[in-house]
Amino acid sequence: MSRAALLVLADGRFPAGGHAHSGGAEAAVKAGRITDAVSLEQFCRGRLHTSGAVAASLAAAAALGVDPRELDRAADARTPSPALRLVARRLGRQLVRAARATWPHPELDELAHQFPKGAHQPVALGTAARAAGLGPQDAAYCSLYEGVSGPATAVVRLLGLDPFDATAVLARLAPALDRAAQDAVEAGQRALSDGPEALPARSAPLLEIGAEAHAKWPVRLFAS
Amino acid sequence: MSLGHHHDGPAAVPADAHRPDGTRRALRIGLGGPVGSGKTATVAALCRALREELSLAVVTNDIYTREDAAFLLREAVLPPERITAVETGACPHTAIRDDISANLEAVEDLEDEVGPLDLILVESGGDNLTATFSKGLVDAQIFVIDVAGGDDIPRKGGPGVTTADLLVVNKTDLAPHVGSDLARMEADAKANRGELPVVLQSLRGERGVRDVADWVRERLAAWTA
Repeated sequence: MSRAALLVLADGRFPAGGHAHSGGAEAAVKAGRITDAVSLEQFCRGRLHTSGAVAASLAAAAALGVDPRELDRAADARTPSPALRLVARRLGRQLVRAARATWPHPELDELAHQFPKGAHQPVALGTAARAAGLGPQDAAYCSLYEGVSGPATAVVRLLGLDPFDATAVLARLAPALDRAAQDAVEAGQRALSDGPEALPARSAPLLEIGAEAHAKWPVRLFAS
Repeated sequence: MSLGHHHDGPAAVPADAHRPDGTRRALRIGLGGPVGSGKTATVAALCRALREELSLAVVTNDIYTREDAAFLLREAVLPPERITAVETGACPHTAIRDDISANLEAVEDLEDEVGPLDLILVESGGDNLTATFSKGLVDAQIFVIDVAGGDDIPRKGGPGVTTADLLVVNKTDLAPHVGSDLARMEADAKANRGELPVVLQSLRGERGVRDVADWVRERLAAWTA
């Protein structure tokens, strides 16, 4: 694996559309559930252990070479909110576009061909990691980190939260993120040997409900 | 999984002038500029001027609402399926320059869904004077400023004023009311832009959007030549 390639894929400026999304933070801010750095950290921990763990396991499984069509179905089954499914596919499509230009690879071409409107983002991420010569642990780390750095960045814009405080939140989450990445790799390996039903199916109902409400707001800063 | 290589998926290279089926894609023209300078009004006027002779569509980049798309829909300048809104996550310049993926998706979907298009206008959300479009997204860009925003803007320059393929100084009818010196604005703009064209426009005047529409026709003729 190339550590430098991992930095390219994990960079928040990697042009794959993530900047327009808050990872549910905008809905949580509006509902009064995120008001400061402490509640941002709680929100991020919640994400990390629910939808974050599922996404990272999918990404690790895709990076291990599990069939993307099966993983995409598994992702649908683990995403009750239609709004979140749409967002995940849109971000997956944008990621595949950026990855094809960055690391041309037949598996990315095949994914774009099979899913012209986008596969779920973690499936695209795992395939992009393969194309970049990265492994399941790298894919899991990228998925988990983006799952918490997206909300942290968004809350800086939404609340005017001190950017140093937001970054300190991410640093405090690092040990939990390390453990979650290891769990995700193990889940990915189980999916490789036993099939995608071995993937975790944890959910965060408030994220799902918040996403459905947010998608109907007439005025919002973020697309999700 | 299959490792077969297909060439009929979406293009890997966004700026490619051809669609996956080999046909020439639509010319894409970006319109950028500060908040309130008249970008949406110019887009609406261009649609009215060109819709009989061209197959066209519009992508708007609203900052935090769908107001611009809603305005174009309400004005019925084009059928609704030809207008798409992209959400920009509080960063309109990112969506047109640093991370153009959502906009590329929008222009490609328009071409796929409403059939062959000659022209797609991509309107930026109102932003600052440094906001310009990526060459990976548009083939040419128009920067729209207005006389009420301060008649020193052409002199100050900046990437939009200096490098846009066409600079439009809008709302010239307001110049006497806001104390703006039109001749000075035009002279400053020309000094900053070398050979690049400048149009002074009032959409309320008799010429309306005609000069900009003529410039668009020239670009289109060069594109299809």
